[in-house]
Amino acid sequence: MSSRLINEYLREDKLPHIWCPGCSHGITMRAIVKAIDNLNIEKNNICIVSGIGCSSRAPGYMDFNTLHTTHGRALAFATGIKMANPKLKVIVITGDGDCAAIGGNHLIHAARRNIDITTIVFNNNIYGMTGGQYSPTTPQGERGTTAPFGNIDKNFNLCNLVKAAGATYTGRSTAYHVNMITKLVEEGIKNKGFSFIETLSICPTYYGRKNKKGNVVDMMNYLKNNSINVKAAEKLSDEQLKDKIIVGELYKTQEPEYTEEYKKIIESFQKER
Amino acid sequence: MMSNHIKLMQGNEACVEGAIAAGMRFFAGYPITPSTEIAEISAQRLPRVGGKFIQMEDEIGSMAAVIGASLTGLKAMTATSGPGFSLKQENIGYAAIAEVPCVIINVQRGGPSTGLPTSPAQGDIMQAKWGTHGDHPVIALSPSSVRETFDLTIKAFNYAEKYRVPVIMLMDEVIGHMREKVEIPNREDLEVIDRKKPTSGLVDYKPYRIEDGELVPPMAEYGGEYRFHVTGLVHDETGFPSNTPKVAESLIKRLIKKIDDNKKDIFLYEEYKLEDAEIALISFGSTARSAKSAVDMARAEGIKVGLFRPITIWPFLDTEIEQLAKKVNKIITVEMNLGQYAIEVERKACKYAHVDKYGKLNGELITPDEILKKIKEV
Amino acid sequence: MATSLKIKNEKKLIVKSEWCKGCGICAAFCPKNVLSIENEIVKIVDIDACIKCGQCEMRCPDYAIYLGGKDDE
Repeated sequence: MSSRLINEYLREDKLPHIWCPGCSHGITMRAIVKAIDNLNIEKNNICIVSGIGCSSRAPGYMDFNTLHTTHGRALAFATGIKMANPKLKVIVITGDGDCAAIGGNHLIHAARRNIDITTIVFNNNIYGMTGGQYSPTTPQGERGTTAPFGNIDKNFNLCNLVKAAGATYTGRSTAYHVNMITKLVEEGIKNKGFSFIETLSICPTYYGRKNKKGNVVDMMNYLKNNSINVKAAEKLSDEQLKDKIIVGELYKTQEPEYTEEYKKIIESFQKER
Repeated sequence: MMSNHIKLMQGNEACVEGAIAAGMRFFAGYPITPSTEIAEISAQRLPRVGGKFIQMEDEIGSMAAVIGASLTGLKAMTATSGPGFSLKQENIGYAAIAEVPCVIINVQRGGPSTGLPTSPAQGDIMQAKWGTHGDHPVIALSPSSVRETFDLTIKAFNYAEKYRVPVIMLMDEVIGHMREKVEIPNREDLEVIDRKKPTSGLVDYKPYRIEDGELVPPMAEYGGEYRFHVTGLVHDETGFPSNTPKVAESLIKRLIKKIDDNKKDIFLYEEYKLEDAEIALISFGSTARSAKSAVDMARAEGIKVGLFRPITIWPFLDTEIEQLAKKVNKIITVEMNLGQYAIEVERKACKYAHVDKYGKLNGELITPDEILKKIKEV
Repeated sequence: MATSLKIKNEKKLIVKSEWCKGCGICAAFCPKNVLSIENEIVKIVDIDACIKCGQCEMRCPDYAIYLGGKDDE
């Protein structure tokens, strides 16, 4: 027996999941199904697509139409699905390596098209599945197995990246701010266009251990104590915001949506006939 | 009844017309010479029939989008050439293991790498079979005229849908850009096969469950009656990943077997003046046209030569090539590479006939004169 | 409002220990110290203090603790 939410939306026979003790991916996955539950969307009308990595294992546990694809390509597969059936609510679950490194091109172009896909990145700042290599979101100076002397790469600000590329909705939350994840995912799904929700996650096994971030609770407290709501952040200087995690709804606008624009082209020929 | 439609057409155009006749309603592509017209014409034609076209950000994404659309119920295709074909390999493997019907057109050009972008080649024979990693099934077809491009594109879709497998069309720059008169058959005269769907109302639907005596599972679609999971990992009949050795072996073996056991249906070839031939040329695609002329020229000089033209490149025409080798003394493979198809021919024919090969890869077509010279040499 | 309060009050804290990985998040963020981790498994140590806020359920990465209503039992 488990809670109604888990019972209704997850494939219980596949649980417990493969994630490590204290990995926050399970928290985020639950927050997402909570959003779907709140929006009361028919399960058959949802398609969840992922790439490769720890986070990308999520769809296997979620009782919807689900597709576990190749590394980095989730958004490209999702684009085909959404084009083929625009009525489907398409959600992409991805990780920082999956969406920002190998899948970076697909990410910016899906955003540019403003195709109605809600992308949720489980950003744990590391490649977990392969054992702790540094990723495009590993902060400078931090360590991974492939950055044994500290990472010299600059890290991406993912929400800024997709906003610049053309996304019409961006938001950031953390594994501590669970209700905020749910709220942002709800708004993302409701937005007719490309929505991007970054959830800062904790990876105690690799990122935490490699960078001496303490135990699971310490890492969770870090997210709690270093986050600042976007409204409050507006009043602070860049210096004051250094090393702070700005959370909340970051950007929202309205632009023509890709599949609707394509539908107009199809309809123009139907009228012709 | 509509009258037959006669048109002067380019190979790339015939490909799109064939695809639409076969029911293609989704195309994702990326510009690349010499296949670009396939994308351009698809962009023109698809919205007119309620279909969708998208130019993706790269070749990898195009292949991915094609698979996504196919899983959502549309017949889907992409088109490319050498460099793009290399990039598509990742997701061609995905289509093979997840059994997603799709058609990949490769208008071959000179390689490796950027190679000779505007010149024909037939250097992707082995890549079509082994381009993606792991043992996997594949069907590859090679047309040698514009009209045949139309017909084979329909066949490609039919095989893809029937066997749930990626089907590769190995065209070449000459076939893609050549213009010929094409008589488009009436719709009702075309055989168009659609994927088999699962029966409705199943209580315990499993996406990869095989009926007794069958090798291909029926295919549901996203947004339809059933919810299901698809992965590129080894999976059991439920579609969920499994590490069990038994599951892994039985899945991959079935994927191979569904093609192997249906070779009769998939094997396509043409024989020309082989009845009394002592020498057989084996050639396909645009090269087969030169080979055909060479046969006529040699015959005019009293040399008994015939042509065997594989239309199905993969699976390899093993039984047919063996039969041919038993009938003739000598075989000469003629292809625009250094002997890729020849490797397979030698494997099957060397016991019965002497196998020689003629290849060329400088971007120029192989001429009938060159082939005739080779015939006289052997 | 009264009804929902009543339902809420009827909810019971349930531990599904076979799913618990002992990470300790629930115990750390329980506002009333109801929970503790013993031998890498969550234990309810002070049920009387529980205010049924649902923090533990929301924060458990493994769905091993939740407030079950009547239907859930």
